[in-house]
Amino acid sequence: MSLSLAGLAVRFRGGAQLFPPLDLEIAPGRMAAVMGPSGVGKSTLLDAVGGHLAHGFSCEGSITLNGRDVTELPPEARRIGLVFQDAGLFPHLSVGDNLAFGLARSVRGRAARRAAVERALAQAGLEGMAARDPATLSGGQRARAALMRALLADPEALLLDEPFSGLDTERRAEMRAFTLDLIRRRAIPALIVTHDPADAEAAGGPCLTLSAA
Amino acid sequence: MTARRRTGADGRLLRGAVLAVVAAGLVSPIAAGLWQTARAAFGVMPAIGATEVSLAPLRALLDVPGLGTAVIVTLVSGIGATALSLALALGLAAVAHARLASPVGARLLAPFLAAPHAAVAIGLAFVLAPSGWIARLLAPLFGWAQPPGAVTVGDPWGIALILGLAVKEVPFLLLMILAALSQVRLRQDMAAARALGYGRGIVWIKVIAPQLWPLIRLPAMVVLAYSLSVVDMALILGPSNPPTLAVLLTRLFSDPDIARLLPASAGALLQLALVVAAFAGLWSVERAARAAGLWWLRRGGRGVTAEPGLRLAAFGASVVFALGALALVSLALWSVAWRWPWPAALPETWSLQAWSGNASGWGAALTTTFALAALTTGAALLLAIAWLEGEDRARRGRAGWAEALVYLPLLVPQIGFLYGLNVLFLQAGVTDHVLAVAWAQALFVFPYVMIALSPAWRALDPRLVRSAAALGAGPWRRLFAVKLPVLLTPLMTAAAVGVAVSVAQYLPTLFMGAGRVQTLTTEAVALSSASDRRVTAVYATLQAALPFAAFLAAFAVPALVHRDRRALRAAAA
Repeated sequence: MSLSLAGLAVRFRGGAQLFPPLDLEIAPGRMAAVMGPSGVGKSTLLDAVGGHLAHGFSCEGSITLNGRDVTELPPEARRIGLVFQDAGLFPHLSVGDNLAFGLARSVRGRAARRAAVERALAQAGLEGMAARDPATLSGGQRARAALMRALLADPEALLLDEPFSGLDTERRAEMRAFTLDLIRRRAIPALIVTHDPADAEAAGGPCLTLSAA
Repeated sequence: MTARRRTGADGRLLRGAVLAVVAAGLVSPIAAGLWQTARAAFGVMPAIGATEVSLAPLRALLDVPGLGTAVIVTLVSGIGATALSLALALGLAAVAHARLASPVGARLLAPFLAAPHAAVAIGLAFVLAPSGWIARLLAPLFGWAQPPGAVTVGDPWGIALILGLAVKEVPFLLLMILAALSQVRLRQDMAAARALGYGRGIVWIKVIAPQLWPLIRLPAMVVLAYSLSVVDMALILGPSNPPTLAVLLTRLFSDPDIARLLPASAGALLQLALVVAAFAGLWSVERAARAAGLWWLRRGGRGVTAEPGLRLAAFGASVVFALGALALVSLALWSVAWRWPWPAALPETWSLQAWSGNASGWGAALTTTFALAALTTGAALLLAIAWLEGEDRARRGRAGWAEALVYLPLLVPQIGFLYGLNVLFLQAGVTDHVLAVAWAQALFVFPYVMIALSPAWRALDPRLVRSAAALGAGPWRRLFAVKLPVLLTPLMTAAAVGVAVSVAQYLPTLFMGAGRVQTLTTEAVALSSASDRRVTAVYATLQAALPFAAFLAAFAVPALVHRDRRALRAAAA
């Protein structure tokens, strides 16, 4: 039960590799951190793992999740969650509907689905906010909602793209602890891209620094 | 392994299908129509028994009285209207871009974008005519007992036509400039240049405008081609004897003597040549302006004096907008006027007679117009969504040639291929005139829908789509549950643009409908030469009201649906 990258590299329009081929093994419940200067391709690495590479990018090497080779799978079939800095909540849906969008199909029945969403909101300290417009939440609330949305999809791994960098120092520590706790309890591997050494330290897993190839 | 491949293949399949539809439905009719016209121009039109290649049609065209003057009037009004509109739009953008780029600005532009050319022309004729509104307002000052004798509408130089075109083209170019400005680092460049001691106006001319030009060159060419070949507006506002070339040709094409079709086709080629020559002229002006501009720029003059020129242009643009607003108001007023003698500024008595007395006439025309607008806009919107979604799924960006394909119908003068296309349809046995008209209208609706929709589609935050994919949503769910709802405002705006373009079409309806499809536009244009201003005003008011309602809906529906969504309300224009 782990996420492993073997010889993973990304090219743009057949050019040189953005960073040297990467080998990484992340155990369940652990969080690996990727650091490095801006523009070196940290977010692109996450895109490659999640299957979201933009037009013109190609990836080589392999990505294995719990023994499943997901390298060639479309993103929706990989079961790898994704959380962004600005949360990426859908602006046209309420907070509750955002979570319901994420909630796995295996939870059936209106009442059961609503209860699952309410439970997740409560767990994130967002009780009673199901009907709220995401744009009216604070940065910290949005980040927690986005994390809960990603987890409701029952992912087998989680990618975090500078998820705490929009928050002030206090909120950041709180959110970091909250995130790490959830990852441990779910026992899923996670990969975080960050500028903040404190994130990498707290992650406690492998930490690697990307540099241009 | 196969799933990823299938996604790519899905995208390629969708893209291929869209390209096939565009090639078969849009490019080939234009090419075939041009081919038919060109053959007829050289004497070959089997449908009327002409089979011998000859230069006789060309000679017959040259013998048409007033042809030379028609060509000159066409060039003066077409190039004049384009140059004027461009200058006014640039001036207004320079002075007021920040205010115009706001949602309020978009709402102010909408009625002018929505109003069909013919309705604006009819309204403007009411305003500018010797017995019109402006003369009535001036009459007490000058003590005119009779309407002045000056020719203000249909003047031999086409000045009224130039003004009419400017009322429509300034808002269009302004919209394109505002969209292009978002791609220019306006604030930084302005700050950098002003810190070097350049005045605001001169920075606009030396730094901003040269960056804008490549982004608005295609729209400017569309305006140029349109202004040189417009029919409905030239019929109403342009000179009549001789008229502009496009009007002259429309008369030849509609002549009961079918032998006239051959010289008319030769004239259509001449019209095409005029547009191509104008494009070449634009290209050389661009080259010359670049060389002169660089010379000017290298001299380093700070020239703080450009501001008044820009302000003058902005003032001119405001006058054009005021004229347009007066024109639209006068339409509504005339439609409910009963007695409105010279020189009263407002009607003396009011009546709904013009509305109630012609209810069956305008009712039928309204129904036909509405049906055509719904059909063409629906089809164009569907095709545009399929095009953009295909681009996303095939993991391809926009292609230059695809962009050119979209603009093609807007760059070729309508009269150059529509009659040829009509002949082809008749030969192919397409007897449903409404369908033929819808097809011909869609040639022009689709490009404008694409122009309205694609910037917003391509600017959609990719993280939303990625989040949805990471949550397990496949391509269709991403499209229907995320992309389309988030893009509701641009989708509605594109639909409103589509309705406006469809309603405004005159020549496609006239030629492809063979006189059997009566829309508000064909009726309004036909009535404009008749005597009763009130009845004409009823049709023109309805003609303007239909697209106006579409734009209102485009503002209201997203505002209602997204009333509790701050992020989308702010994005809604």
